[in-house]
Amino acid sequence: MAAMTVIEAVRATLDEALGGDERVFLLGEDVEAGGVFRATEGLVAKYPGRVLDSPLAESSIIGLSIGAAHYGMRPVAEIQFADFIHAGFDQLCSEASRWSYRTRGDSWLPMVVRTPWGGGVHGGQHHSQSIEAYYAHMPGIKVVAPSFPADYRSLLKAAIADPNPVLFLEHKRTYRLVKQEMEGAPAEEVIGRARITRRGEDLTIFAYGLMLHESLAAAEQIAADGIDAMVVDLLTLNPLDRETILEAAKATGKVLIVHEDTLTGGLGGEIAAIIAEHAFEHLDAPIRRVAGPDIPPMPFHHTMESFFMPDRAKIAAAARDLAAY
Amino acid sequence: MTQQISLPGSAMDDPGSEQLGLFLYQMQLLRRFEEKTGEMYTKGKIRGFLHLYTGQEACAVGALNALREQDQIVTHYRDHGHALARGVDANRIMAELFGRVDGLSGGRGGSMHLYDVSKGFLGGYAIVAAHLPLAVGLGLAARMQKEDRLALCIFGDGSVGEGEFHEALNLAALWDTPVIFFCENNLYGMGVRFAESLSTQIPKLAAAYNMPAVSINGMDVLEVYRETRKAVEHCSAGNGPYFIEAMTYRYRGHSMADPELYRLKDEIEQYRKRDAIEALKQHMMERGMLDQAGWEDVVRRVDKAVDDAVAFADASPEPGLDTLYGNLMAEPTDD
Ligand SMILES: Cc1ncc(C[n+]2csc(CCOP(=O)(O)OP(=O)(O)O)c2C)c(N)n1
Ligand SMILES: [Mg+2]
Repeated sequence: MAAMTVIEAVRATLDEALGGDERVFLLGEDVEAGGVFRATEGLVAKYPGRVLDSPLAESSIIGLSIGAAHYGMRPVAEIQFADFIHAGFDQLCSEASRWSYRTRGDSWLPMVVRTPWGGGVHGGQHHSQSIEAYYAHMPGIKVVAPSFPADYRSLLKAAIADPNPVLFLEHKRTYRLVKQEMEGAPAEEVIGRARITRRGEDLTIFAYGLMLHESLAAAEQIAADGIDAMVVDLLTLNPLDRETILEAAKATGKVLIVHEDTLTGGLGGEIAAIIAEHAFEHLDAPIRRVAGPDIPPMPFHHTMESFFMPDRAKIAAAARDLAAY
Repeated sequence: MTQQISLPGSAMDDPGSEQLGLFLYQMQLLRRFEEKTGEMYTKGKIRGFLHLYTGQEACAVGALNALREQDQIVTHYRDHGHALARGVDANRIMAELFGRVDGLSGGRGGSMHLYDVSKGFLGGYAIVAAHLPLAVGLGLAARMQKEDRLALCIFGDGSVGEGEFHEALNLAALWDTPVIFFCENNLYGMGVRFAESLSTQIPKLAAAYNMPAVSINGMDVLEVYRETRKAVEHCSAGNGPYFIEAMTYRYRGHSMADPELYRLKDEIEQYRKRDAIEALKQHMMERGMLDQAGWEDVVRRVDKAVDDAVAFADASPEPGLDTLYGNLMAEPTDD
């Protein structure tokens, strides 16, 4: 198989899921025409009646998925932009998250909600949001946010097979940014595992989505100065892989957490808390965070947007500081 | 103000005396059960929020009995009556209200979140109107699986102001899903008069989304039963959703905490004169289907069932905290 972009990996996985399981169907706004980012392009022709254009009704797209999933279907819903998902917040957080719990396992919800998130595309206030912290806060929903095309394939496959509601976050800036060679079928991957993507001895960087790529680039930059960074791809944001997080933090004793989401209440706080609680004595420096500033929306103007987004330069600067501590 | 928007019904066999006897028994059961839960609340056996169904019995009994075994039900938080009318075990309902291990969800759900998947009773929902899209999803699954199965979605008049009401009606009609929307219009959403919260009439809204919509007397169990049977036939024939507004009245406050400052005692008395249980009793007596001794037998059997439920609930242990984390996530299966 040739190299695949993220969007190609998503499309191929949806195609395989539809082809492999009659119970799988897609629904969302404009999915028949292929969707804004063309993730579902060509699929309605191949699977007529199983790729459904829904009205603009985010809450019901998710609510319907709950009902259909209970009754043996495997809905894969698309919310066109993550910014629009909040209308369905209640369905995900107040209904789907507790379905297995309230029925004590008498029923379960094999459903996926896919949505493009993140900035860097000049989308401004309502097309650039990082939404993961709101949803990762909710026990009972798995939240996945891969970075590399191969992980998009294996984790989307795992999400569709999972008997629980999974929020699958696709960083829109990476859709066509990253390519990866892929051989054969996707690797069997388990939701809930982080991966050490780059080994290093001087400090550990935790990131996900676009920021994982920026962190890897930053690691290369500082390597030229003799600073050797470990980089961890979190992959799943709920449940967090505490074991790998602690192992990686202990290995270097210096921790830098990177996310595009705004600082306060972001996932970085949770990761820092896990490390502070369970690896305090292994730390050689205060935990550092590089995150979006506490400004409500991502601004439109490209210079302001760049100011908002963490990037390799900011990450490298923070990493140098931390290494020197 | 009951307005008929459409559908003259097909000729329907009226229920025979045996079935009427069942309706009478069930309505009395719902009534007595709620009187008892109110009592248990006052005694501190039941905590939290408790919404009694007293006065609305004809809705649950008429509608639920019109369903078939394969059909699914989702409803709102005023759900004890619907569960009982579906045949969910009264003992386990009471135990759930007490928060005990033998309750339907072992004390996790409580009054507003009853469920019994084995009976197709998929739960009470305490977020107003959140279960409407869910019902459409159940209907969509039935349609995609080509199975003759429908979803009965019960909600209060308060739901019609929510966006999900409109989203769900549109989707149900657009995708021809077998869903019966059953609105129990008891004239109040908490302390707000229905007339002060909607600029139009409910069946007009439903009709606007292109589905048959009727407003019926929800204090008449036969009318509710007949109309819901019509709705079942309609859905079962693949004609998409059906909307019923059942005009009804709750005798008790919104919840146990309601001082009821928004209505006059006289209004309640007027509705009690139209009591659904009394009406069915009269109906049966006039036709020689029931005599005083028969009625007393119903009362006796119901009293026993309710007392048994309380005894069962009281004897059931409190859940241990070791159960707290169970079933947080479903485990992968091979299906
Ligand atoms: C989304 C939402 N908003 C508000 C409430 C608070 N609330 C609970 S019941 C209720 C009134 C609902 O009235 P109705 O739908 O007519 O049902 P009834 O109580 O009359 O059976 C309100 C406002 C809620 N539970 N959910
Ligand atoms: Mg009401």
